[in-house]
Amino acid sequence: MKKPLVKVDIVEDSTDKSKKGSRRKFIKLSGLGIAGSSFLLYGCSADDMFNPEQPVEGMTPNPEPEPEPEPPVDAVFDLGSGNLGILNYAFALEQLEAAFYTEAVAGSYYTGLAADSEEKQILEDTWYHEVIHREFFKTAIGAATAATPEAMLPDLEFDFSSVDFTDRASVLGTALVLEDTGVSAYNGAGKLIDVDAENGGTYLLLAGKIVSVEARHASAYADLLEPNTTAFARDEVLVSISGVGPAFDKATPPGDVLAAVIDTGFVQTEFTATQLPTE
Amino acid sequence: MSFIKILDKISDKTSLDASASRRDVFKQFKSFGKDVTMASIPFGLAATSKNTKAANAAFVTTAMQASPTDVLNFALTLEYLEKEYYNIAIDTDGLIPSETKDIFAQISKHEDDHVAFLLAALGDAAVPKPTFDFTGAPGGLALDPFENYDTFLALSQGFEDTGVRAYKGQAGALANDNALLEYALQIHSVEARHASKVRRLRGQKGWVTGGDAASNGLPDAFNPIYAGATPESNLVQGGVDLSGMFADFGGDQAVQEAFDEPLTMEEVLAIGGFFIVADSDS
Repeated sequence: MKKPLVKVDIVEDSTDKSKKGSRRKFIKLSGLGIAGSSFLLYGCSADDMFNPEQPVEGMTPNPEPEPEPEPPVDAVFDLGSGNLGILNYAFALEQLEAAFYTEAVAGSYYTGLAADSEEKQILEDTWYHEVIHREFFKTAIGAATAATPEAMLPDLEFDFSSVDFTDRASVLGTALVLEDTGVSAYNGAGKLIDVDAENGGTYLLLAGKIVSVEARHASAYADLLEPNTTAFARDEVLVSISGVGPAFDKATPPGDVLAAVIDTGFVQTEFTATQLPTE
Repeated sequence: MSFIKILDKISDKTSLDASASRRDVFKQFKSFGKDVTMASIPFGLAATSKNTKAANAAFVTTAMQASPTDVLNFALTLEYLEKEYYNIAIDTDGLIPSETKDIFAQISKHEDDHVAFLLAALGDAAVPKPTFDFTGAPGGLALDPFENYDTFLALSQGFEDTGVRAYKGQAGALANDNALLEYALQIHSVEARHASKVRRLRGQKGWVTGGDAASNGLPDAFNPIYAGATPESNLVQGGVDLSGMFADFGGDQAVQEAFDEPLTMEEVLAIGGFFIVADSDS
């Protein structure tokens, strides 16, 4: 069920000609950049959006999600800007994780595990935790977008057909990739949260509350795959800072995280990330 | 100047306008930077002082932001503690069984690196390493972590879970310095990886369960590690009460597990005080 890679009709309703032009251009560029790899589009830098020759109205310091009174049914959702954009970004990652574990616990590998096995408990607990994270973000973003519900990331569709849910290595290996990705994503998003904006401090703390749980998950899955080795905090997943290490988790910018997510092929619903803060 | 005096100085700042913006608050505390960097961090005093409790009570978390230097020295002291703990353990013949030696070598290496990183970041402002007593005698305990592997693991869990909560509690204080915030987050999640592994070595879940020591397989003396102003049993996130909402997904216990909670600096100092010999000249 391939969908077109690039949809530009999202801009058709815009009455702001200059903005429309720059966004259309950006989406096309994004699409080219990842052509053939996925349905998901992303952008790394808000700056990329702006042509210096364009009027500056598109460069307000804290651009609001563009009002689009009657978006076309097939409009591609954009995560948005500022803290809302970061919340939507986290919501997307949590939707991905929750959807994966929801399938995993229905798969024969999980159902075949002994009821009292640690492995079963770890999978079950992670499923619970990720569903809770997802529903929490849904509630929090819903509250933050009460007046503009169209600014909340919709429920995404996923395709995990590349995962063999009958196979231990496939299930645990995918879990590990998702958890490690989550850790690096939250670590990279922390500084992008504007703590001076409304509830900004709360959002930063929440990211901190969740990221360490993701790291606990990642540690457990790595250890299940390579028991009692250094895998739980292995050199390969850590980085050095100023020549010290590797002893630090990665902090990955949203653009790179989304590129990695694209590569999994799991996300079926297109969305763009053209306005996320970059610093 | 002792840490207590600094706490008093900060908590007595009645001139601090509660409605002041965070940036203003940040600037005000910056002026204490010099005092803070010279602090000797007598955790033992902090643990028992009435002044600390009074200061705690006066603290409004959003208004109480320590300076970045203060936070880094706080982190350094925690990392000194962890580093020394694992270094002694690794050097103690017969303590760590061969099947888990690689695990603790890896953890120890990370704590060494965290100390080295923080020392480099702080330069001349770095606090010296306190004198540690891992029997917990300064806090009235009598532990034998280097003679008993189970005790070693228990204390390791306590230190790692405390470390996770401690870094988390300082995120707000570093929020205006993107680089430092990111470094702290990058250490924070490594501590969580450690904590998960050590907890599982003890037959515990990798994630914190419930809000006291018993629910995490530790004796009651360790309660402060899981308690605090925002205890690990917290069910309200971002103003949303999540209690009772996830009956089909592990219930309130899973909600508690799904979010790690912060400790304030003072709460961490109280825990650290159990293992730090008070500086005689403070």
